[in-house]
Amino acid sequence: MADAIMQSREAAAERLKRAPLVTNNRSMSWITNHVASCTEKPAPTWWWIAFTLSSSLALVSVFCIGYLISTGVGVWGLNHPVGWAWDITNFVFWIGIGHAGTLISAILFLTRQKWRTSINRAAEAMTLFAVVCAGIFPAVHVGRIWMVWFLAPVPNSNAIWQNFRSPLLWDVFAVSTYFTVSVLFWYTGLIPDLATLRDRATNKFRKFFYGIGALGWRGGNRQWKHYEMAYLILAGLSTPLVLSVHSVVSFDFATSVIPGWHTTIFPPYFVAGAIFGGFAMVLTIMLPARAIFGLHDMITDDHVDKMCKIILLTGSIVGYAYAMEFFIAWYGGNMYEQYAFINRATGPYWWAYWTMIFCNVVAPQLFWFRFFRRHVLSVFIVCMFVNTGMWFERFVIIVTSLHRDFLPSSWNMFYPTWVDIWTFVGTFGIFFALFLLFIRWLPMICIFEVKAVLPEADPHHGHDDQAHAPVGALKEVAH
Amino acid sequence: MTINGNTQAQLFGMGAEVPTASALYQAAERVRDAGYSRWDVYSPFPIHGMDRAMGLKKSWLSALVFIAGITGLTIAAALQFYPSSIEYPLVVAGKPTDFFTVPAFFPIMFELTILLSAFTATFGMLALNGLPRWNHPIFNWDLFKKVSNDGFFLAIESTDPKFDEESTRAMLESVGAKHITLIYGD
Repeated sequence: MADAIMQSREAAAERLKRAPLVTNNRSMSWITNHVASCTEKPAPTWWWIAFTLSSSLALVSVFCIGYLISTGVGVWGLNHPVGWAWDITNFVFWIGIGHAGTLISAILFLTRQKWRTSINRAAEAMTLFAVVCAGIFPAVHVGRIWMVWFLAPVPNSNAIWQNFRSPLLWDVFAVSTYFTVSVLFWYTGLIPDLATLRDRATNKFRKFFYGIGALGWRGGNRQWKHYEMAYLILAGLSTPLVLSVHSVVSFDFATSVIPGWHTTIFPPYFVAGAIFGGFAMVLTIMLPARAIFGLHDMITDDHVDKMCKIILLTGSIVGYAYAMEFFIAWYGGNMYEQYAFINRATGPYWWAYWTMIFCNVVAPQLFWFRFFRRHVLSVFIVCMFVNTGMWFERFVIIVTSLHRDFLPSSWNMFYPTWVDIWTFVGTFGIFFALFLLFIRWLPMICIFEVKAVLPEADPHHGHDDQAHAPVGALKEVAH
Repeated sequence: MTINGNTQAQLFGMGAEVPTASALYQAAERVRDAGYSRWDVYSPFPIHGMDRAMGLKKSWLSALVFIAGITGLTIAAALQFYPSSIEYPLVVAGKPTDFFTVPAFFPIMFELTILLSAFTATFGMLALNGLPRWNHPIFNWDLFKKVSNDGFFLAIESTDPKFDEESTRAMLESVGAKHITLIYGD
């Protein structure tokens, strides 16, 4: 009898064991070799093909922007009353994608989610490249880009001072701070890994390049002490920052008086949507990268599973927000607000609205089922839906709210021109070209943090007292 | 023992290797208890609890960052209040410009607080670590290349008042360290 109880206890303990974060008992040097070699081997053929395609696409965007600047914003399909359309849609789309990277690197760090270690580097890189793409649109949509310095509070003789009470100016500060802090956070995380690449470098060029980047890092504990504090502080700073950026972006809309924009739900709704869309993009680029470089032992199916759960959660929050907007429009009793929402779902842009609902609310519901979270192809397909849906969400919010002005005589439809379309398509070229350069030149997985979650990284590993430690109580990087 | 056959160069200290993170942790406790003060342990990743094992105090980077954050907040407040409310009040849509419009200034106050704090966290960390620097005597030790892969090392500097070639070597041997080597600067 007692034996049976013991057995069932042991079986229960076995089931409660946490899955290892790095599978197949990989050693530290295996991790170093595997990640670093992705940057050391000659570029494979697929890389050259992908890079040629994406950088050509990037050039299309550059050409369109040049055409826009030299001719004027009239080359876009903007009209009255749709004064914002694809430009701001693309801006919000890209900036939202960035949020997943910061969530993974900062919020999951503070909440001690150790599985983040193998995806944070690439996700943070994705953040930077997405913000680069995002930054293009507000910069060029001002029309006279040579006057964009008016946004900066520089004393001048033009009797111009910025209106600091305008959310558009908050946006300038929020996005530029976000980009700067993301770069600092990313680079701080890279220093020890650049030292790894420096120490492995076999030719002069790599030695010099990575040697400069590593800044003379030695890996002494007296350095790690300050380093870990810096990393913790940066995570602590980035956490409210990432939540604030998309809140400020949503203020661009929420502080206006346009029906469909003037709602208090916008900040949390935008933040949830940003994380939702961002995780889909993380998976969109990580799944192929994992398959190509054989990183399955570090980015395991558990990682994918967890990211799918976050997509399900944030997608449901977004679905709730869609429903709540309708409820408040009805409950608030404002006829303009009610019209704006009924028009969204049944007006001339009904197809955009229902595309959004299907992609963002319906498609992620598959992730309730373990099978779909574990099946790479289904994860990828759902993520493509989410990527599409999140672009349509911003399009719906912006264009459907604007195209029915207060005066029916001003009502108008928006039709994109070829410049609209190719500028946007081209930003994918910029994004992927930068990402491809990243995976060739920098370690796409944070080597030192992955080592730190191995069982043998625990300073009490192999001691007698280990039996008392909870299984999975591995070394924590945070303190 | 010499490095590169060079006995003329300045002695930096004595280095040794241990096989694992836990061995390094135990060795650090022994070196701390032996009363050394100018020494360090080197590892591919930060080891949990090593600060205590080495007897180090908490990093005071956080104090620097706090000061920077307050500075950023002050700059943002001054940048917005003084021109927008006092020197050059900008009336937009007939809205007030007095002190009660302060919530409109919060986002930028927040952003500049974060911005200055983040710069200080990164560059303050580098400054406290004495980085960037071109070279360091410990890189003259060939074996040390492993530190960024899977090597765990200790190094006791020759400037430590307790440093003595023989007793230090004996102490390092007693903690189970291997490859005990004298490291010379350039």
